[in-house]
Parts: sequence; structure tokens; C-alpha cells
Amino acid sequence: MKYYRAHALVCSGTNCALKNCHAVKQDLLEELAKHELLSEVKVVDTGCLGWCELGPSMVIYPEGVMYSRLTGRDMPEIVSEHLLKGRFVPRLMTQGTDTLGLLAPLNMTPFFGKQQRVVLKNCGLINPERLEDYVQTGGYTSLATVLDQYSPEDVIAKVTEAGLRGRGGAGFPTGKKWAYTRQATGEKKYLICNADEGEPGTFKDRLILEGDPHLIIEGMSIAAYAVGAKSGIIYIRGEYDLSIKRMSLAIKQARENGLLGSNVLGSDFSFDIEVCAGAGAYVCGEETALIESIEGRRGEPRIKPPYPAERGLYGLPTCVNNVETLANVPAIIENSPLWFRSLGTTNSAGTKVFTLTGNIVNSGLIEVPMGITLREIIYEIGGGIPHGRKFKMAQTGGTSGGCLAEAHLDIPMDYDSLSRHGSSLGSGALLIMDDSHCILDLTRCFLKFFVHESCGQCTPCREGTPALYQLINALIEGRGDKSTIELIHRLARTMQDSSLCALGQTAPIPVVSALRYFWPEIEGHMQGSCAVDKCFASKGEVRR
Amino acid sequence: MPEVVAGRRNLISQYVGQPGGLLKALHVLQDDAEANFLSPRDVELVATVFGVPTAAVWGTATFYSLYSTVPRGRHIIRVCENAPCHVVGAQDILAALSTQLCIAPSETTPDGRFTLEVTSCLGVCGVAPAIMIGNSVHGNLTKEKLPAILAEYR
Repeated sequence: MKYYRAHALVCSGTNCALKNCHAVKQDLLEELAKHELLSEVKVVDTGCLGWCELGPSMVIYPEGVMYSRLTGRDMPEIVSEHLLKGRFVPRLMTQGTDTLGLLAPLNMTPFFGKQQRVVLKNCGLINPERLEDYVQTGGYTSLATVLDQYSPEDVIAKVTEAGLRGRGGAGFPTGKKWAYTRQATGEKKYLICNADEGEPGTFKDRLILEGDPHLIIEGMSIAAYAVGAKSGIIYIRGEYDLSIKRMSLAIKQARENGLLGSNVLGSDFSFDIEVCAGAGAYVCGEETALIESIEGRRGEPRIKPPYPAERGLYGLPTCVNNVETLANVPAIIENSPLWFRSLGTTNSAGTKVFTLTGNIVNSGLIEVPMGITLREIIYEIGGGIPHGRKFKMAQTGGTSGGCLAEAHLDIPMDYDSLSRHGSSLGSGALLIMDDSHCILDLTRCFLKFFVHESCGQCTPCREGTPALYQLINALIEGRGDKSTIELIHRLARTMQDSSLCALGQTAPIPVVSALRYFWPEIEGHMQGSCAVDKCFASKGEVRR
Repeated sequence: MPEVVAGRRNLISQYVGQPGGLLKALHVLQDDAEANFLSPRDVELVATVFGVPTAAVWGTATFYSLYSTVPRGRHIIRVCENAPCHVVGAQDILAALSTQLCIAPSETTPDGRFTLEVTSCLGVCGVAPAIMIGNSVHGNLTKEKLPAILAEYR
């Protein structure tokens, strides 16, 4: 095996790719060639480092120096200074040095310091297009352990004991879902990985798939063994070009190496995975709509029960799990359920991957133990609110989640605490908004999304979402009064009670929470004033 | 003409019976079509090859936002206008694109080069505001960056 004295890990996730990381890498290679360093320095494409705000980024090991906001023009300096002479280039460095010139370790920076990476442990550290890299980090040992030592019931017991809950939004206990599918009778069973990540503000699954695709294959294989499935499908959004490519490549590599196909790793267990690309429909993230879609039909949710565990794809027992849920499974097997429970809170074990977006200094991807406060995420990891503005609100769990105000900054981020405050952990999207935004303008924006994405199958959602939009619009245009508010509440209750699936049931959540926590501002609109002067365009005021 | 139909049939027959096969067939036919859309003939063909009613294929083709049943430009511009892009100025980007291309959302430029579409979240919110042109994503956009980006797709 060849040894290199230094490794340059260039982030090649989608967010960096569209900031031209490929050109940076090309320039780096050319510069290394010029100095005849190609045999000493290894350049590696890696998955997302998470700090997307600073991209394109690169970490040089063994020192662990992170360079950010790179362009090709910076490469001569990095090569001649850092890689040739061993001196850092402070103007491009993410972390600081002390007075002696000693480097602050990357995991001591505020961004990485509070993070605990289980799902993302390889993202940014390995080349996702090489099976060898994954295996070197201990990859596929959990699958080997399972096939060698555990019965399917043992695996289900471990995942149940770990308290793993679904990371796609609903938070259903994974062990229970697996047990139901295991117990169901059927000559064939399916295991589906739901990578139809459509919740606005969420891009965690994309970056997990791009950064560590073999982790998902391993997680799916263990899940399939547990539920008794021989066929696996990963349904990826049609828009996620790079995820589809990397996943397809990883599946091919796994097949060639006996990790997928007949008699996996020489055992009696056979399992294979197909990639299925979606075609653009938010509702397909709902598991029965996703199943309809795989069958080639309109993605309209089915009436439940029967649940997919009993009658799913092609009428056969099917288990549908989110990408991040499956990504936790190998670590639970490797480290024990007790270890998993030691992370997070009593009812929300483990870590959670969040995506930080909106008016925040460090937008990007983070992984933290459950139970961390919103304040820690926004001000310590996220670096606070940019441009000297003040925090106004945060929406947790994506567009179908609730709006939280400053008073809620100290509530722990876990399934139960958020749901107590009328919001949800959801998919882990965190949208931060500063005080330049009007609550009603934002609410209208959330509703516009639901109007567009309602599948049209059930009446409460099809008719309710545009009606809610119109009611909020009336308030924005100064046509709202007490009866408008009453109507919003009645309509919200009807939709929550009678919509067929979670889309219609959760669409009113941001509206209701906005009314609850930002009431003075909404009342202001009824009296003709918008706190940030965004509304009432018809009255001749400036509308930005 | 029969050769063309046979050619298009060959493109999709391998997907019959596969999970997600019908969606894949529609993707392939649309990508192969010059005007980036599924014609009534394509829909008919998928129905015949997959052995399902034509109405069902129409249902599928009109349900998903990545498919179009009307002709479109060579390059599809998808502008995200969901909340994470909205709070950092997506409306300005959409307005600027509309002005520069002289078309409204869901219209196509007279030279058949671009179609402007408004879409839901593209999943690149870390670099919002973002758009997709074809399969490429462009993020951290400002009005000023748009002319150079559009110039790449002449």
C-alpha cells in the first residue's frame, strides 16, 4: 500500500460543487504536479463537511487545517506554503492559531465543537466513490456481525432497545415497524429506503447519500435481514442527480464484492437493491404515496390501515424507513443499544442531523445529540444572525413545522418537547428568520407551498390549503377581521381532523403556531399596520 | 415513422415489470424528446408497452412536476420559491429572470432556449437562493450573477 505524507480532502457535496469545488481541485492537482508533489500528497473527493456557508472547503491532514471559501487562485499559495514549506495560510483558514502559532483543532471550533457525528461520521473524511474507504473505517462489520451472530429477532430487539425513532418526520419507533413487517405473512417482502426528501429546508439525506452511500447499503441490508426482505428499493428524488449517481455506483461496487446479491458475505441471506428516481412530488415522501409512485401511478396516499407492514408495495408486506434512520443502524449494532441511549434524551435517543437555513451565519449541515437547545444551535454552532439583525423566529421540522419565537429558544430539541410547543422535530430542517420579515408574509409563503403540493385526492386538503392561503392573504391586504381569524381556526381543525395524510394534517401547523406566538403582529395587521412595512402594498406603502 | 416508434419502444421496454419502471420510462422518453416533453404519442406508447390504460399514464404524466405534457425549451430553469429561499430573496431572482428572459413563469422563450418554471424546494437550501437549470444547480444567487449563468446555456 502506498503512503502519502499529506492528504487534501476536498468537499465535493452538491453545495460545494455549485461553488466550483471541481475547478479548485483541478487547480490544486495542477499546482501539485508543477511541484512534483503528486506522489506525496493525495487529493481526495469527499462528501459534505457540513459548513456549506464557507464552501468550497478543503481539510489538509495530518494537521487537520480547514481552508474555506477557496478559489483556484488560492492553490499556488496553499501548495507552496502549506504543502511545501509546512506553514499555514492564515487568511484562508477556518480555525485560528494561538500566540505560539499552534493550531486550534477543528473539533474545538464552535461549529464542530458541539456536534456529535454518528450518521455523518464519514462525511468529509472518506471518498464516497470508493468501497475501500468505507471498509477501512470499519464499514460492513456490523452487517457481518449481524449475519454471523444474530437472529433477525435479535436485531429487532437491539433496535427497539436502542429507542431509535424514524428520522423522516413522524418519529415512529423503528423497532416496532420492523417487528410488524417481520410478523406479517407474505411470500415476498420489501424494504424501501425513503430518500424522497422534499420538506423545504431539508437536505440532510442528500448529503448523507452523497457523502457515505455504503452506510445506507449496510443499514438497508441489516433492516432487510431483520424484516425478512430479499428486495430493496431506494426511492431518491429525481432532482438529486449526484445522489442517484453515487448510490448507483455504490450498489454496483457492493454487488461486485459479494455485499449485495445472493448469499451476502457467504451467508444464507440474499438481498439486492434497486434505485428508483422520483419525478417531483412532495407528497411522495408519505410512505403509501411513495409506494403508489413506485408502482407507476399518481403519488396519492392510500387509506390506512392496512399499513405497508401488512400490505405495501404490490400488496406485499413492506417496510419503509428514512435514510437517516437506516444510517443509525450500523452504529447501534457496533456500539450497543445502551451507547445509543446514552446520546440524546430519554424518549428521543441518539443524535439528529439538522440543516440550518435562512438568516444564519453558518448555514449548513450539523449533527447534534437530541435535547440540545435551539439557542445553542443558533448562537453557538450557527454563529448567530448576520448583518447585525435580531432573531425573530425559527421554524422547526420544515414548512410543515411550527413557528417558534424568542421565548422558545431554550426548549430542548427532541420529539416530545417540540410537539408540546405545537411544533415538531420533523425532518430536522431549521429555518431561522430575522426581524426584517413579516409573520404573515412568511405564513403565506408556507401556504403557497402546500397549495402547490396538495395531491388533490382528499377534499379537506385540496380545498383547505387554498382557502387558508386566501384567508392569510386577506389579512395581509388589510381585509381581515375577527371572523377571518375564527374561520382560520375552524378550517385548521377540520384539516387536521379529516385530511387523509400528514400533508393536509400538518399544513395548518405553521399557521396555528403563527397565530399563537405572533398574535400582536397579526392583530396589528387588522388595524392597518405591518411591523416591518412589508404589507399593504395597495395603500401606497413600500413593499419589498 | 414506424422506425422512430420502434426506436422509442426499445428505449423503454427494458423497464417493464421493474419497480419504478413506468416513471423511468417517462423520464427516458422526455429526455429523448427535442422539446423536453411527453407527447400524446409517448403516453400512448408507454400505455401499450406497460399494458396499462392510457388514462392511467396520463394521470401519472400530469401528476409529477418533472414531467411536462406541453412542449418546453431546451433548458428548463427551475426557481425555488419556498421559505428558505424566500427569506433570502428568491422573489427578486424570479423577477430578474423573468425580466431578463422576457417571459412569465411557465412560459418558454420564443427561440425555444429556456422555459421558466417555479418549483418546490430543490434541497440545496445551504446555498439559498438557488435555481436548477437542467440537471445543474446554481446557488448563492444574486441578480447580478444571472446574466453570466444564462450565458452558459446559449
